[in-house]
Amino acid sequence: MKLKKILPQAITLLIVIVIFGFFSLNAQINMATRGIDFGYGFLTQESSFDVQFSLIEYSGSDSYARAYLVGLLNTLLVSILGIIFCTILGVIIGIARLSPNYLIRTTAAWYVEFFRNIPLLLQIFFWYYAALRALPLPQEAEPMLGSFFLSIKGFYTPSLVWINLDIFIYSIIAALVSIIFVRIHAKKLRENEGKHLPVLNISIAILFILPLLTFFIGGVSVDYELPILKQLAKTSFIFEGGLSIPPELLSLVIALSLYTATFIAECVRAGIEGIGKGQREAAASIGLNRKQVLNLIIMPQALRIIIPPATNQYLNLTKNSSLAAAIAYPDLVLVFAGTALMQTGKAIEIVSITMLTYLTLSLLISLLMNWYNARIAIIEK
Amino acid sequence: MTNINFLKPSQHNLKLNLIMGLSLVFLSIFDVFLYSFFDVNLTSFLPFFLSSSLPLIIGMFGLYLIRIEYSGIKNLDNLNKNINTNNFNAALTLLIIFIIIKVLPPIVSWMILDANISGDTKDACTGSGACWTYIKIWFKRFMYGMYPNEHIWRVNLAFIFLVALAFVGLFTPQKFKKFLTLYYVFIYPIIAFILIYYLISGGALGLEWVETGAWGGLSLTFIVSFFSLIFCFPLGMALALGRRTDLPVVKYVSVGFIEFWRGVPLITVLFMSSVMFPMFLPQDFFMDKLVRVIIAISLFEAAYVAEVIRGGLQALPRGQYDASKSLGMGYWKMHIFVILPQALKLVIPGIANTFLALVKDTPLIFVVGLLEIIGMLQMAKTNPKWLGFAMEGYVFSAIVFFIICYAMSKYSYNLELKYKTDR
Repeated sequence: MKLKKILPQAITLLIVIVIFGFFSLNAQINMATRGIDFGYGFLTQESSFDVQFSLIEYSGSDSYARAYLVGLLNTLLVSILGIIFCTILGVIIGIARLSPNYLIRTTAAWYVEFFRNIPLLLQIFFWYYAALRALPLPQEAEPMLGSFFLSIKGFYTPSLVWINLDIFIYSIIAALVSIIFVRIHAKKLRENEGKHLPVLNISIAILFILPLLTFFIGGVSVDYELPILKQLAKTSFIFEGGLSIPPELLSLVIALSLYTATFIAECVRAGIEGIGKGQREAAASIGLNRKQVLNLIIMPQALRIIIPPATNQYLNLTKNSSLAAAIAYPDLVLVFAGTALMQTGKAIEIVSITMLTYLTLSLLISLLMNWYNARIAIIEK
Repeated sequence: MTNINFLKPSQHNLKLNLIMGLSLVFLSIFDVFLYSFFDVNLTSFLPFFLSSSLPLIIGMFGLYLIRIEYSGIKNLDNLNKNINTNNFNAALTLLIIFIIIKVLPPIVSWMILDANISGDTKDACTGSGACWTYIKIWFKRFMYGMYPNEHIWRVNLAFIFLVALAFVGLFTPQKFKKFLTLYYVFIYPIIAFILIYYLISGGALGLEWVETGAWGGLSLTFIVSFFSLIFCFPLGMALALGRRTDLPVVKYVSVGFIEFWRGVPLITVLFMSSVMFPMFLPQDFFMDKLVRVIIAISLFEAAYVAEVIRGGLQALPRGQYDASKSLGMGYWKMHIFVILPQALKLVIPGIANTFLALVKDTPLIFVVGLLEIIGMLQMAKTNPKWLGFAMEGYVFSAIVFFIICYAMSKYSYNLELKYKTDR
């Protein structure tokens, strides 16, 4: 009986050890013959390559570690933008799929079928090489709403120039903290005395009034800088100033949001459909109005069904953002597993760092999801 | 007095409302239609904003007039119930109709009316529409990659055999039905491998050797996804069982394996297979790039398949385990004869979805230099003789993938319905 338990485990352990041993032995021999040494010391060396688009200051004289950071931040930027847009679009499409209106329902269904069944890579290529290439040159770009320019070189918007930005940010943090206190207080009030505070209205008011106050008291002011067309050579124009969004980022965010929105829409639909009709009727029969039914009965239950698969989709989006490498958007894979790997030749170190980074991101999001799931799970007696 | 109030839709002035409402709706759609097909703007004398939103206003008013409850006309009631429940819905309905009218003509004229398909060179494309000549000339490359033209029949023959052999299950006599699982899990993959190896790769039986670097196009998509599927399935099953045992070592090795592969993007896995994996092999041991890619994708997909199968195992009621144990079955007997047959039946739709994702992921193999259909497109795009036809290529491959994936997803949906009613 004991052997039956030990033997399979011993065999598994043996297989794992043999595979790892075999691989590391070969790796050592291979590296020795090629004269490569193993180590992460290269991270502090000068990278001597340039990156087109970076959120932090970066130049060729910076280290590989900083190049890694640039790539990671770019990956996170695409993921966060993608998550925001795919959520907005996904919720709209998901609700539209349940619309009583036949046309809206069908259109939403076809949207889902269409964008879900075409490989993401093809969609990214389409937006980058076909759709955005059809945009006008900078000198021919028509201004939209005054000073937004959409050209083949990217999307240009006025950028905001802040004075005393830190005070403004502190005020937002203060507002968020006070909202949390208001919520706690409101919950106490509801449970102890049965009184309802309009938490949502109070929260919105705090969120607007506190930052607004800083403009009058804290000396915060904001100015804007317009993108201005500048001639470099006879036929070469660029925009200067303002905020520029490169076409790589633009097409990546569009493709990722459109693609992932289909999955989010399916999650939302499943969540809302998963709430029995009885819940709605029971809520109505105890005298709740339509808004209360939605806010207090339907949404909390639907969210319980929606959140776990939706988080999974956000995770997929983050992983899919690595396709950025295909259109030369400098994300983690392109900057680090591409350019840096090519220059240093440290395949094992770089690929393992890249994989570990994605793994950490995934595990962090899963942990967050598990924590949330445990919090909202129905506690059965 | 009540008859004067003709603007309020009710049954009393049904006819008048119907005529007025329908004609207003018709007028609004007609206006957009004229504008988008013939470039005629009926309301050009108005300011731009009013002129562009007038159809919507007229249409909404028309729909408002015909929104009559219990009118007694079946079609009208149906219409109201479906697309005209309130003002908001009416506006959305009109917007969708307008967008369809507006968007369809340019697409249709680009794809069909103004398109060219004749000729053999770029010069044949004179119209403003799509240049399908490009697709026609490159069709073989998109389907078979750089595979030599005179040997393409070998690829076709191999696929015909594979499909025919896959349908064996439908025609087996009852006597041999019990061997079917054995056939599909063990014998079929081996036959498939031999077919692909000798027929497509060649090098024996008087067939010319074609190196895997020349394989490509849609056929490579099929080969990669096919082999990845048959390799990842047994591995995924083992991992799923491993994750559910109470043997700690087996369990944590399985959990670690599954979570690792599920946590990393496929593109890094492919990078690993191309730049890191050769370092782990003995020096004089050469492994083909395609084989490395198939192994990498199989390991990657096995983790996903394992999670799907685990879902099926968890969905089985505990009674099934207890009942088979009480009959004196051991671990393997219980799983092979009782648990797995039921669990696998439950997860067929899930497996189909995983396979669908796999097919959609195969284009990524271009990062290691294997060119399936989208990779071929990227290559054809840079051909100096055929510059500027990116759009046609993307539309073509989008249609190809859409047909494949849509058919598969509908099939898996049907399977889901079928197995749902069984329980």
